[in-house]
Amino acid sequence: MDSALLVHRLHFAFTATFHYLFPQLTMGLALLIVVLKTMALRTNDELYNNAARFWARIFGISFVMGVVTGIPMEFQFGTNWSHFSRFAGGVIGQTLAMEGMFAFFLESAFLGLFLYGEKRMTPRQHWWSAFAVFFGSWLSGYFIIATDAWMQNPVGYEKAADGSVQLASFWGLIFNPWAWWQYAHNMGGAAVTGSFVMASIGAFYVLGQEHREYGKVFLRVGVVAALIFSVLQLFPTGDGQGKMIATHQPVTLAAMEALFESGPGAPLVIIGQPNVEEHRIDNPFIVPKMLSFLTYREWEADVKGLDSFPQQLWPDNILLLYYSYHIMVGLGTIFIAIAVLAAFFLWRGTLFDSKWMLWIILLSLPFPFIANTAGWITAELGRQPWLVYGLMMTRDGYSKTVSAGNGTFTLLGFLGMYTVLAILFLFLVRREIEAGPAAQPADGH
Amino acid sequence: MPTVWFCIVSVMIAAYVVLDGFDLGAGIIYLFVARSADDRRRVIRSIGPVWDGNEVWLLAAGGTLYFAYPQLYASAFSGFYLPLMIVLWLLMLRAVGIEFRTHIENAMWQGFFDVTFCVASALLAIFFGAALGNVIRGVPLGPDGYFFEPLWTNFNIGPNPGILDWYTILAGVVALVTLTAHGSLYVVLKTDGPVAERSRHMAAFVWPVQLLLTLLSLAATWFVRPGVKQNYLAYPIGFLVPIIVFASLFLMRQWSKKGDELRAFLASAIYITGMLVGAVFALYPVILPSSSDPALSLTIQNSAAGAHGLAVGLYWWALGLILALGYFFFVYTMFKGKVRLEGEGY
Repeated sequence: MDSALLVHRLHFAFTATFHYLFPQLTMGLALLIVVLKTMALRTNDELYNNAARFWARIFGISFVMGVVTGIPMEFQFGTNWSHFSRFAGGVIGQTLAMEGMFAFFLESAFLGLFLYGEKRMTPRQHWWSAFAVFFGSWLSGYFIIATDAWMQNPVGYEKAADGSVQLASFWGLIFNPWAWWQYAHNMGGAAVTGSFVMASIGAFYVLGQEHREYGKVFLRVGVVAALIFSVLQLFPTGDGQGKMIATHQPVTLAAMEALFESGPGAPLVIIGQPNVEEHRIDNPFIVPKMLSFLTYREWEADVKGLDSFPQQLWPDNILLLYYSYHIMVGLGTIFIAIAVLAAFFLWRGTLFDSKWMLWIILLSLPFPFIANTAGWITAELGRQPWLVYGLMMTRDGYSKTVSAGNGTFTLLGFLGMYTVLAILFLFLVRREIEAGPAAQPADGH
Repeated sequence: MPTVWFCIVSVMIAAYVVLDGFDLGAGIIYLFVARSADDRRRVIRSIGPVWDGNEVWLLAAGGTLYFAYPQLYASAFSGFYLPLMIVLWLLMLRAVGIEFRTHIENAMWQGFFDVTFCVASALLAIFFGAALGNVIRGVPLGPDGYFFEPLWTNFNIGPNPGILDWYTILAGVVALVTLTAHGSLYVVLKTDGPVAERSRHMAAFVWPVQLLLTLLSLAATWFVRPGVKQNYLAYPIGFLVPIIVFASLFLMRQWSKKGDELRAFLASAIYITGMLVGAVFALYPVILPSSSDPALSLTIQNSAAGAHGLAVGLYWWALGLILALGYFFFVYTMFKGKVRLEGEGY
């Protein structure tokens, strides 16, 4: 692999992966904060307002992290991927610019009001500011997903004389069917992260015997939301996303599942180590015919394996793709199990006394972040070797004028900078958790 | 249509510079005008609820630039690779400085974050000024429409310029001084007591420097790019721009002396807008001049997105702007008036 290409890929992959740790949390929490604010309005109980303020403080810290790590994402389209931008800017410039005009302004304006203006507003107005922050952040998500979805499944474009692609159908771009499934699946993932984080902090408070009454609120809201969204991740959103891949990127599906041979009644590999050189799975744990059924709802359906496609069109990192996909699915399954069990205890009224369950919830905190990251690695590696599926190869898209030396310099700079940011973030969040939700001033810091 | 988008992008960049300019400026003067812990909290609170909203204009202007002129975005962002990455790191350090100082009630660490915030603000002003300087001076565009500039070469304007040469450093200093004045006038407007007093002195102190640098930068631009006068000669109405620039500069002085804080701040905003308009008026229809062969320059025609996309964009852009202005009006009215330390907010 050309080393400049590798550097630019790592540059984007690293900054995007780090960045998305924060939006998945803020988008998930934004929804749950609206839930808490609604409970406060309904019950008139200050407990829920305090709970909302606590999460608003965590949200505020995470939001700043999301913004400062998000600006480099927009910049890198030009700095590191200039040939891609020249080629595709006429189409995806639409969605990226719309994100700025519609979502960022909304989000940032109302976040200021939500965090610092509670005393100047009635409770109902403050609820609306929380809702606007939620709406803005979820809208922002759509524009980014629509951009990625266009790269996965390009629609609504035409080729221009200079070789670039230009917008032909605005509504085609906005209503890309891929975008809607990917959006539903991605936002569900963010909600899973938010729910598990909330439930986990709740379990921490209940187990630690401090701020117990808040811990119970967090557990109730977190567990119910975790149940709803982790089930939605399996069906219909994960299923719908999978069908999109089967239809538009069959070679990606084959690589994700490490299905080397085409044929009817394709098996589903649950665990096993792909041996790409010899086209087989080592130590396989397999459910016969399951892949055919999941993909086409027929046990004997024909599924195309990697052998149906020329090797130069195979995703270039089948191992990482396969493992990412299996980690995502495996963790997603475990989330459903945890959420169902916890919801059952909650319903029976024994959750707050069930120590081992609370410990499981507490320790679950990092895993939704891992699952979301693995999901994005699946999406982006699955598209390889294409940058825009079927239209532009990744190796043609990076900035040819930016040498590997300059790219490595800034990649290392980002590694250092993000290490500092991560330490500060953990430090500040830990302080908030330690201080707890009780009776903090109405306007945060 | 490309001309319409040229105006829109210019307006958005001007809006960014005017808005984020005052909080960058507040950062630059921060260590000098705010001495006590209370003073510092006052300055931070004056920009606390608005600074990241202002920064969103950078993202929105960047997004709109990308949408309207993908070719320019690709070329300029890869060519200015290193300074843009440094700008990103400075923006991060600055955000860290502002946000985290308010979370850590420890005098030692607050002092550390204060210095971070102040230095990052000053360096950002210099880098943004230098960036504008590069655009006016021109860059070594190749026939494929790309270029790459190292941070510096020999600090001269030659066939292989660096990001920093004497002209772009001058532009950086102009930006630093301009935003110092702009930020000072904002802090005067938003605070009272000794902070406001010192900021007023700061604005008065830098005014003669600002006047001198304005004249010097005009002369230098004339020398570096003699072509700048063409548009002015062809459309003499353009001479209104320098007149407005100097008028606003003098009015800024007058109103500041009279204690008319709002007008003085607005005059500074008009001065900044005037300087930017003067530059883009001179460049039009070029948006990134080539320093070697004028035929290689990027213009609004050869770097614009497709006609259909630009036409569609006009609808949603107008809608988005109306909504954005609505939010900003709402937020600024909610937070209007002088900063008080007791009570809510930062």
